[in-house]
Amino acid sequence: MGSEMLEIALQFLKAFAVGGGICLLAQIIINFTDLTAGKILVYFMLAGVVLTAVGVYQPLVDFGGAGATVPISGFGYLLAQGAIKGAEKGFFSAITGSLTAASAGVTAAVVFAFIMALIFKSRTKRN
Amino acid sequence: MTGKTRDNYNENYLNYVKTQDPPTQHFKNCASAFGVGGLICCIGQFIRYMFEFAGLSGDELAGATSIVLIFLGCFLTGLGVYDRIGRYAGAGSIVPITGFANSVTSPAIEFKTEGWIYGMAAKMFTVAGAIIVFGVFSGVLVGLIYFIL
Repeated sequence: MGSEMLEIALQFLKAFAVGGGICLLAQIIINFTDLTAGKILVYFMLAGVVLTAVGVYQPLVDFGGAGATVPISGFGYLLAQGAIKGAEKGFFSAITGSLTAASAGVTAAVVFAFIMALIFKSRTKRN
Repeated sequence: MTGKTRDNYNENYLNYVKTQDPPTQHFKNCASAFGVGGLICCIGQFIRYMFEFAGLSGDELAGATSIVLIFLGCFLTGLGVYDRIGRYAGAGSIVPITGFANSVTSPAIEFKTEGWIYGMAAKMFTVAGAIIVFGVFSGVLVGLIYFIL
């Protein structure tokens, strides 16, 4: 029991380090290049796809857990992972696999954003 | 946005900022991005453990975790809290999946006034659309390459 708790605590530490590290990398890029938030999101997602395809991202997920899956590069990981798994089943699933894997995230974002737009009013930005 | 005066203004301003205190600013930015980003991932890890404890596994576990995180991102954006976190955390709040949720919800609420179809629904995908377009395209490429190999 004690060692199990220790393992969980260690996993939180790893998630913090990996997730924080990915965000730190993004912040450094923003500080030195003036890239906008949207472009950072697209580039990090693409980086996740490429790193998964070449087999580098999976070890990071095994090590960092949510630290590697929660950042947007984890969304790319999900897409590539779905495509790779689909390719094992056949041509059709190789094409549809990526979006199938991402369907939970995309559906949640659309449905919740719709609900929030129904509930909340646009507020003036306080700067 | 790209007028010459604006560029000069930006250049002058950036030079002015450089004379003030750049190293601290950079360090502070990076530290808060690391801290907040790490914290959001820890919340994700916590939610993951909760669902694991409830008996979920594999794709369901990963899906349920990101759905909850996306809900939190959307809800906090609706309350106006997420933008306040964003001003402090920078990339620490942009890069996690909650930032993706924020990029969907924020224009959905803001452009509601321009109508439900061309306002709320269409503007929802200003940033998320780009992510989905490049994501699906690169995903199909990866699928084809793995299928051929």
